[in-house]
Amino acid sequence: MIPFEFEYIKPNTLEEAVTLYERLDSEGKEPVYISGGTEIITLGRLNVLYTGAVIDLKSIPECHVMTRENDRLVLGGCCPLTEVENANPFPLLTSASKEVADHTARTKITLGGNICANIFYREAVLPFLLAESTVTIMGPDGKKTLPINDLFDQTLQLNKGEFLVHITTDISSTKAPFFHMKRRKQWTTGYPLITVSGMKKDGDIRIAISGLCPFPFRSERIESCINDRFNSVEERVSSALQQLPGPILNDTEGSDQFRIFTLKNILSDLVKTLEGVDH
Amino acid sequence: MSIFQYVVLKINGEDRPVMIRSADTLLEVLRNELGLTGSKPGCLNGDCGACTVIVDGKPMKSCLMLGVEGTGKEITTIEGLQGTAIQQAFVEYFAFQCGYCTPGYIMNCQSLIENEPKATDEKISEWLKSNICRCTGYEEIETAIKSVLRESNSKDRPISRESEMD
Repeated sequence: MIPFEFEYIKPNTLEEAVTLYERLDSEGKEPVYISGGTEIITLGRLNVLYTGAVIDLKSIPECHVMTRENDRLVLGGCCPLTEVENANPFPLLTSASKEVADHTARTKITLGGNICANIFYREAVLPFLLAESTVTIMGPDGKKTLPINDLFDQTLQLNKGEFLVHITTDISSTKAPFFHMKRRKQWTTGYPLITVSGMKKDGDIRIAISGLCPFPFRSERIESCINDRFNSVEERVSSALQQLPGPILNDTEGSDQFRIFTLKNILSDLVKTLEGVDH
Repeated sequence: MSIFQYVVLKINGEDRPVMIRSADTLLEVLRNELGLTGSKPGCLNGDCGACTVIVDGKPMKSCLMLGVEGTGKEITTIEGLQGTAIQQAFVEYFAFQCGYCTPGYIMNCQSLIENEPKATDEKISEWLKSNICRCTGYEEIETAIKSVLRESNSKDRPISRESEMD
């Protein structure tokens, strides 16, 4: 049971959502936007998350798009992960999505909800960081579009009252060769230990990682080491491991040293896989 | 706007008017307000699948959905399934032990049968990983779902709730 009360409102337009947010905020309701809305329940019932008003974005058409415009793919923040998987317009995203939670949960969890989640894995963001997608956000200052790599620093850096509308990706990136690997401590259903996505674009390997630190990231320094083809794969992976951000997670899913050991093996597999393909 | 809402939920083909907290999950509404106790509370965290229902044809963990989100949707609970092939198969193949996870499994299986009548082993595994059986009756559950899909495909028609009622 969620141990606090909140109002529930479902606006039909982007503008209505923002107006509602500003009014509820001025009333001290500490409003939150939801799309899938699973975290308001899972964290709310633990009193980790509190709100006096929930604004459900699911009825806003712009948040539900799944379309191709010229050479770009546009995916709405309110698209459930299973819908994206079934349509499969971006195979790396499908691979990443299929590893999030479980199938039934993914009929509820959305793209935007996962990317903006409080839980630190947020694996749906990895393909977009590699594809250098752009995100369109709505807020009190209107709608704006920015490169995801400028806006995503550990979390999607949204100002008060802003929410994710949709994500746009070049079709060429959705077709690029990719690698995706998720390791768990327990079978195929446990919580993630570490997840690594890779993409080969313009001859170079791009890498994004979740589960290593308490946030997902893409690192140019790691990519620089991995793409230094004058050295052996082992040497490149070894130097990449010297460039890891911190802190490295050390929890019940795995120690920090085990995570680094696992990452080392995954990076070796990634390089061998992606260097064997042309693009 | 209020912390309480009067909603009409369409459950098992019937309109069910009910006053609920906006903060109530669908599971709480089903069990505590509407007396539909077939959906079981397990982890309450979206992990175990014991509370699975079908919403607009898709499996849904009712502990992960607010009751107010159910407005305008077709909701089916275990009470809405009667004499379906998957229920018969669970009995025939002893696909339960204590029975607590059974309603959730049956709802997920029913949705799989309706959405993926030609499901591969990989697809079956992907869908059924959403549920946990603490008695570990997984093999019998797998046998039951595969028997229904096999039967469905041999007749070259999906065994849906509608066809069961023909």
